[in-house]
Amino acid sequence: MKEVHVIEGRAVPLERADVDTDQIIPSDWLKRVERTGFGRGLFSEWRDDPNFVLNDARFAGATILVAGPRFGTGSSREHAVWALMDYGFEAVIAPSFGDIFRNNSSKQGLVIAQLSVHDVEELTALIAEDPNRLLVVDVERMEVEVPAAGWRRSFALDPMTRERLLNGWDDIGLTLRHEGDITSYESISHAPSLHGLFDESGHLLTR
Amino acid sequence: MAGRTLYEKIWDEHLVAAPEGESAIIYIDLHLVHEVTSPQAFDGLRLSSRRVRRPDLTLATADHNVPTEPLSVPVSDPISKRQLEALEENCEEFGITVFPRGHENQGIVHVIGPELGVTQPGMTIVCGDSHTSTHGALGALAFGIGTSEVEHVLATQTLPQQRAKTMAVVVEGHAPDAVTPKDIVLAIVATLGTGGGAGYVIEYRGQAIRDLSMEGRMTLCNMSIEAGARAGLVAVDNTTIDYLRGRAAVPSGDAFDEAAQRWRTFVSDDDAEFDKTVTLNAADLVPFVTWGTNPAQVVALDGLVPDPADFDDPDVKSTTERSLAYMGLTAGTPMKEIPVDVVFIGSCTNSRIEDLRAAAAVARGHQVAPSVRALVVAGSHRVKNQAEDEGLDQVFLAAGFEWREPGCSMCLGMNPDQLTPGQRSASTSNRNFEGRQGRGGRTHLVSPVVAAASAILGRFATPDEVTS
Repeated sequence: MKEVHVIEGRAVPLERADVDTDQIIPSDWLKRVERTGFGRGLFSEWRDDPNFVLNDARFAGATILVAGPRFGTGSSREHAVWALMDYGFEAVIAPSFGDIFRNNSSKQGLVIAQLSVHDVEELTALIAEDPNRLLVVDVERMEVEVPAAGWRRSFALDPMTRERLLNGWDDIGLTLRHEGDITSYESISHAPSLHGLFDESGHLLTR
Repeated sequence: MAGRTLYEKIWDEHLVAAPEGESAIIYIDLHLVHEVTSPQAFDGLRLSSRRVRRPDLTLATADHNVPTEPLSVPVSDPISKRQLEALEENCEEFGITVFPRGHENQGIVHVIGPELGVTQPGMTIVCGDSHTSTHGALGALAFGIGTSEVEHVLATQTLPQQRAKTMAVVVEGHAPDAVTPKDIVLAIVATLGTGGGAGYVIEYRGQAIRDLSMEGRMTLCNMSIEAGARAGLVAVDNTTIDYLRGRAAVPSGDAFDEAAQRWRTFVSDDDAEFDKTVTLNAADLVPFVTWGTNPAQVVALDGLVPDPADFDDPDVKSTTERSLAYMGLTAGTPMKEIPVDVVFIGSCTNSRIEDLRAAAAVARGHQVAPSVRALVVAGSHRVKNQAEDEGLDQVFLAAGFEWREPGCSMCLGMNPDQLTPGQRSASTSNRNFEGRQGRGGRTHLVSPVVAAASAILGRFATPDEVTS
């Protein structure tokens, strides 16, 4: 994963609550075996509507999505994160997020900044006033800023997620530093092995 | 020292390492894999020349994409076909047991785990699917993960995790006869809201939960994620032990008694403290149906479509307006006057033998309304075979239901079973999101008995309205 320090860009406000991952990327797109090209499917059921905010030319090229409460609930599909990033988003700001979506974002380097409902409303108003206003999402300082408006708020980021973003660490590599612990755990593990349960074609063997 | 909750016991037992300043690493006892969220994870392994650490703790099945037409009909969608083939190729390459379309052990991943007995109490179980919470019914810590985590588990058999907060959801007293497990969980989701469980693992407790069969507990735990909780748990009791006895992957004889003794420790201690407790009274529950586009938008079958004017919160008001517009509903309409076009009985929420028996008991001797298309999709080949042994297929077919091959089917419409724009369904699945069952489709979540009654009367209905 790429290192992420500071994201600076224009933002687009998605003034909807409960945007689940089925809305972010509909299931029809999940049949693909590739990891790229999901941007075209982002919010695809809404993009046919010319009034949908992503079709508003004033917000073209925005890299920060400002969303409503409970963004990314529902299905575990990481495709939602791939779609947002493939479309060009580098950060999502909202009052709350689905747990699995938040986790998936951290693995891909999509920055999740959680602000209060009130702060998100203020931010939305600032963007509506002038869509060209630049936002700054600073992972190091854990702050969202609108420099031109003198507006600045802190957001929480768990220390491990912050470190991983700043260093671009690969989770598997991090875990494998503890491979010795995994091996010794396996000697006391109760995990029931499936070995000997099925034949090569997956049929049950009689035991 | 206070006692430990069931969640804390499973967590403690699976802790591999807790490095200073890093996430804890927990061991994963069973990794379930399906075709949709795994291909990119296997690609990742190939790119970094990694192996699957424990193929013997990994099990794969095709479920999301499989057509439910007769097995002689080939997979018509070339992209689905390629994904199904990729699963088989990847499992072959990495030495993982896989159940492809048509295999005797194939079925929805959350149906086959418990039925084969590979889901056992006290285990940690993950799958690239948010409804992995289902397995918590057996006292296992089970949760959905994304594709990056799928790759992580394949490579290391572990996951970096932060300890969740614990929530007790207590349903006190016995539920009335007309109330099914689906109604209980819809009431819980409505109470907590779609985000109420975020950050928590829920343990379902109380008399009404103890009264439930294993199938009922699976329905309950399945929808934990609809309240935002990654996992739901029910403590082990005699119902759990009886369910496990005799299953293929479960030890037999003395080894079973030994295992059962250990499994019985997977309960919360009497003096364990939960971070939060929410209590419902089972006597207050009735058959429920969702009216909107998220699973917390629930009303009694005997109730009315809500009015946005009834809500003070401007956000709730606007969300309600938006949901009603999408659903094509008018505030104040009695739910039982709303016609349905499609009835879907199936999904990892409600496709087990008990669900099919309950729906068949309502359908027996009646006819599906001429305006309704009704599908029954068993959760697995084993469920389908058992239902056929019991003659349930004949009951459904005689009543005008379609009896189809197992899979996820119309729950998420990744196969050809989809709603067309504007069609309204009564569905036993778990999500009523916009477009979930097909673009423009309007989904109402109900129990299997309400689904069957609605198919017969052509509108939302409770079983008592279907006269014998």
